[in-house]
Amino acid sequence: MEVLSPYKEATDVILEAGGEPLKLCYQCGLCTGICPWNLVRSFLVRRIMHEAQLGAVDFGGEDVWTCVTCRACVQRCPRGVEIIDVMRAIRRAVASMGIGVVPDALRISAKNIAGVGNPLGEVPEKRNDWAKDLKVKQFASGTEILYFPCCIPSYDPDVKTVARSVATIFNKLKIDYGIIGTEAKCCGESIRKAGQEDTFQSLAQNNINLFTSSGVKTVVVSSPHCYHTFKNEYPELGGKFEVIHITQYLASLIDEGKLKLSKKINKKVVYSDPCYLGRHNDIYDEPRKILQSIPGVELIEFPDARENGLCCGGGGGRIWMDTPKGERFSDIRVEQAAAKGADIVAIACPYCFLNYRDSVLSMGKAETMQVKDIVELVAEAI
Amino acid sequence: MEEIRIGVYICHCGVNIAATVDVAEVARYAGTLPGVVLSRDYVFMCSDPGQDLIRKDIKEYNLNRVIVSSCSPRLHELTFRRVCESAGLNRYLFEMVNIREQCSWTNEDKEANTEKAKALVDAAVRRVHYQEPLEIKDAPYNPNTLIVGGGIAGIQAALEIANSEHKVYLVEREPSIGGHMIQLDKTFPTLDCSQCILTPKMSEVGSHPYIELLTYSEVEEVSGYVGNFKAKIRKKARHVDVSKCTGCAVCMQKCPYKTDSEFELGLAKRKAAYIPFPQAVPNVATVDPNICIYIKSEGKKCGACIKSCEAGAITAETLLHQTDEIIEVEVGSIILATGFTTMDPKLIPQYGYGKYDNVITGLEFERIVSPTGPTGGKIQLKDGKEPESVAIVHCVGSRDKNYHEYCSRICCMYALKQANYIKEELPDADVYQLYIDMRCFGDGYEEFYNRLSSAGVNFVRGKVAQVTDQAINDEEAGKLIVVAEDTLLGRMLRIPVDMVILCNAVEPQADAGEVAKRFTINRKATGFFLERHPKLDPVATPTEGTFVAGCCQSPKDIPDTVAQASAAAARVLSLISKGRITLEAAVSVIDEEKCSGCRICNLLCPYGAISFIEDEKKSRINEALCKGCGTCGAACPSGAITARHFTNEQILAQVEALVS
Ligand SMILES: Cc1cc2nc3c(=O)[nH]c(=O)nc-3n(C[C@H](O)[C@H](O)[C@H](O)COP(=O)(O)OP(=O)(O)OC[C@H]3O[C@@H](n4cnc5c(N)ncnc54)[C@H](O)[C@@H]3O)c2cc1C
Ligand code: SF4
Ligand code: SF4
Ligand code: SF4
Ligand code: SF4
Repeated sequence: MEVLSPYKEATDVILEAGGEPLKLCYQCGLCTGICPWNLVRSFLVRRIMHEAQLGAVDFGGEDVWTCVTCRACVQRCPRGVEIIDVMRAIRRAVASMGIGVVPDALRISAKNIAGVGNPLGEVPEKRNDWAKDLKVKQFASGTEILYFPCCIPSYDPDVKTVARSVATIFNKLKIDYGIIGTEAKCCGESIRKAGQEDTFQSLAQNNINLFTSSGVKTVVVSSPHCYHTFKNEYPELGGKFEVIHITQYLASLIDEGKLKLSKKINKKVVYSDPCYLGRHNDIYDEPRKILQSIPGVELIEFPDARENGLCCGGGGGRIWMDTPKGERFSDIRVEQAAAKGADIVAIACPYCFLNYRDSVLSMGKAETMQVKDIVELVAEAI
Repeated sequence: MEEIRIGVYICHCGVNIAATVDVAEVARYAGTLPGVVLSRDYVFMCSDPGQDLIRKDIKEYNLNRVIVSSCSPRLHELTFRRVCESAGLNRYLFEMVNIREQCSWTNEDKEANTEKAKALVDAAVRRVHYQEPLEIKDAPYNPNTLIVGGGIAGIQAALEIANSEHKVYLVEREPSIGGHMIQLDKTFPTLDCSQCILTPKMSEVGSHPYIELLTYSEVEEVSGYVGNFKAKIRKKARHVDVSKCTGCAVCMQKCPYKTDSEFELGLAKRKAAYIPFPQAVPNVATVDPNICIYIKSEGKKCGACIKSCEAGAITAETLLHQTDEIIEVEVGSIILATGFTTMDPKLIPQYGYGKYDNVITGLEFERIVSPTGPTGGKIQLKDGKEPESVAIVHCVGSRDKNYHEYCSRICCMYALKQANYIKEELPDADVYQLYIDMRCFGDGYEEFYNRLSSAGVNFVRGKVAQVTDQAINDEEAGKLIVVAEDTLLGRMLRIPVDMVILCNAVEPQADAGEVAKRFTINRKATGFFLERHPKLDPVATPTEGTFVAGCCQSPKDIPDTVAQASAAAARVLSLISKGRITLEAAVSVIDEEKCSGCRICNLLCPYGAISFIEDEKKSRINEALCKGCGTCGAACPSGAITARHFTNEQILAQVEALVS
């Protein structure tokens, strides 16, 4: 007989570490039913909630690291359980109490972030190299807007185009903006979800101090993950800025008549809602508004869009972990886009960019389908 | 003899009948039968135009027999009987033929259905030739009511009826009214203090001018029928002159002899002279003759109470010579509110009740947390220590074919309530609910469940297999270990706790069978009293004038009990306000000439309607009690019994038609 006595200490740690709402879970299983993982493999979210309630979590198992924090379950949970907080608390218990193993890929990224302030392990001094030839000014007190591109557009050679497009647009429109010095570090959103609370705290403090001392009032971000943590998590730690996602900002410029898109792009475009823009922060309309403002674009929708949109698979630290072929959500998305005859998958998140790009390449669809950030399309159409 | 003039109506019931029975053909055929002067088919006979048609025809064609072939008599016999009456035709000259449930709905074969319908109509036509008008009689209704059981159900019903200034006899067998509710500390889901909301009602009962409260009493015999019952009630000797007793309780203090307190479920002692609890109604002492040494020694020993009672309510006379009193009351209606008992958990030995000190029942826990209870409201183990962890085990003997198949309906909720008691007094204690399903269906109940969940109570889904003290590791040493599969994890759990509370099943009173017999009502397979209809008449019983309320009918909580008790009172009041009762005319009669006095019929009658007249050595049927079921008629070896409206001629005429 397998015997298991409730492991009280771990429960206390999880409850204390922020998993408090999980007491409310009444084991209906709706979360499991909704979780996208069950499209590709079995992942019993409900059972994890119950294990956590009783302190009976299999801390050594891979399920601890599976959740992509897409918020599909939280959005519908009938008891209002903050499932993501519970998942984060479990990971935190593993990371801080050493009662399980942090997967290798995650450990390396965590080490990089803690060490050099970015998950790629690049040297901090090169953080702003993407802007070298673009006449982007350094943020100084009095500059209206700080543009904060996220580590991936800053370093990844393929994704740099996102940050560069933003600079191009801003320059054309003569926006008063600047970028912050290379002391800036990763926003910390994902590493926090991966259970590395201490690292998050130190990243956040670093950025808050830097922004505050530089006199930042308004920050425009490219990544929904930066958006989420700056807007919802930094304020508690003393960082209070106006945070605007680039799609919100561009949509408002269109409204004000300042941004006019005149060049035609005669393509079928499907937009993929990033979890951290949509479900986490309720921003669904602005990205669509921008795409509809581009002459020639025919905007189509995925079968499950907006609140029901499928995650790309990159949240919660999963972006740094390997997901085997057959289990990648972005592969499903690319299939769906192809079935709808889309020429372009438009995204608004650097993680989505990486995942969709990999899917299009590995599925041999690069000839017929492009993956583009909305800002790239705007830069083309301006 | 008058000429028989029959009208036959064949109903289409929309397409329900017409689709698979050739209704026109049946009508045509009916027209050819002897005595039939008119036959029609019509789309809905029960509709207003359908009813008007019958009325018009009775007048125009001088009909003196009417047959409607349609649905079940259960549905519309009364409708058509009334139609006939409104046209001046006695209701017993009407006959109904069921060609829906018995023809159209049973078979697709239209031809066969039509033939069968014809045969049934033929049978009815032959029968009505022999039908006779029967006289419908009235009897006056006695406005007094007998209520048996003084729990919340009996209390509620008594007050409702008495407040409309009708007399109630409330009979309770314990020394005080209050039932189980007075033993509870708080009540879910609002956590009102149970005693605080009940005691005002109890004292109202005690002093109500229209309630005669008979405590420490039991009904021994019931006779008569609706509107006119007689009951014999035994008032047990209290060995106290209750007219003098002031309830000062001095006798109780002075009495040196003790026994287990029933009210405290044996968790505390009471004296031989006792008042069961401070708020008892009536607030008078009772001397228990099985414990009182004065009574047992026939006045040779003790007598402490006699000396101490200043009111002179206890004397040598009351102790030695007071005897039970039998009183007789006459009432029109009866409400049974005898409540429930809880299952003896020793019947499930693997749960360790009676073996381990700290395995207790839910009701015992109510007493433990009650501020007036044996521990003064302190939650503690047998050795006086505070428990650090408590497991509450659901469905102990409920939902289990080895004990009771039904759900006890209250335990999920009181288990939550008891978890709340613990969390409030001992916030650091771990509480586990071991459940199969959480059944929290009432108003505000789900919210209560939610509240307890957020208070950090642990919910483990699984029926407990065993409670043991056999530790397998240090953590378990000295604890009670609750063993269960957590079915949501698919793993075995061993939960070490200090206290185990068993939610033992609600079950019928041990004497429910005898009580049912005494009041000529029946019981369900569960053992609870049978209602007339589980959905449409859950308050009445098949015995006219006898109603049920509260847990004696099925397990239920206080809100449902109170609702049912009020409903029973309303039913009684409507009978009282009508003032008389109509007696069924289609009953059996005994031809005294033929009756041989064999008494076979006496015991067979399910309604107790037949009595034996010793002087004449003949059996006689009380027409008010007889329901016309015909059982006696079929059994009588002398052929002395005729079931009116089901005479031999009538039935044989039908049979003849069907076999020809
Ligand atoms: C542990 C526990 C906790 C509970 N907690 C709650 C709660 O929090 N909220 C809630 O709504 N419900 C609760 N209940 C249910 C509640 O107790 C019942 O709903 C209620 O007591 C039913 O009332 P009753 O009058 O039908 O029956 P009872 O309370 O059983 O009363 C029946 C009365 O009839 C008397 N009697 C029986 N037979 C005879 C006879 N032959 N002649 C004369 N008198 C007779 C009995 O002595 C008794 O006084 C709880 C039950 C239990 C066991
Ligand atoms: S949806 Fe919510 S309540 Fe249901 S099992 Fe999941 S966490 Fe629990
Ligand atoms: S947040 Fe998304 S991935 Fe995580 S458990 Fe919920 S539905 Fe699944
Ligand atoms: S009310 Fe709950 S505990 Fe009681 S028998 Fe029904 S399911 Fe079991
Ligand atoms: S789980 Fe096992 S014990 Fe329970 S009902 Fe099913 S077969 Fe019976």
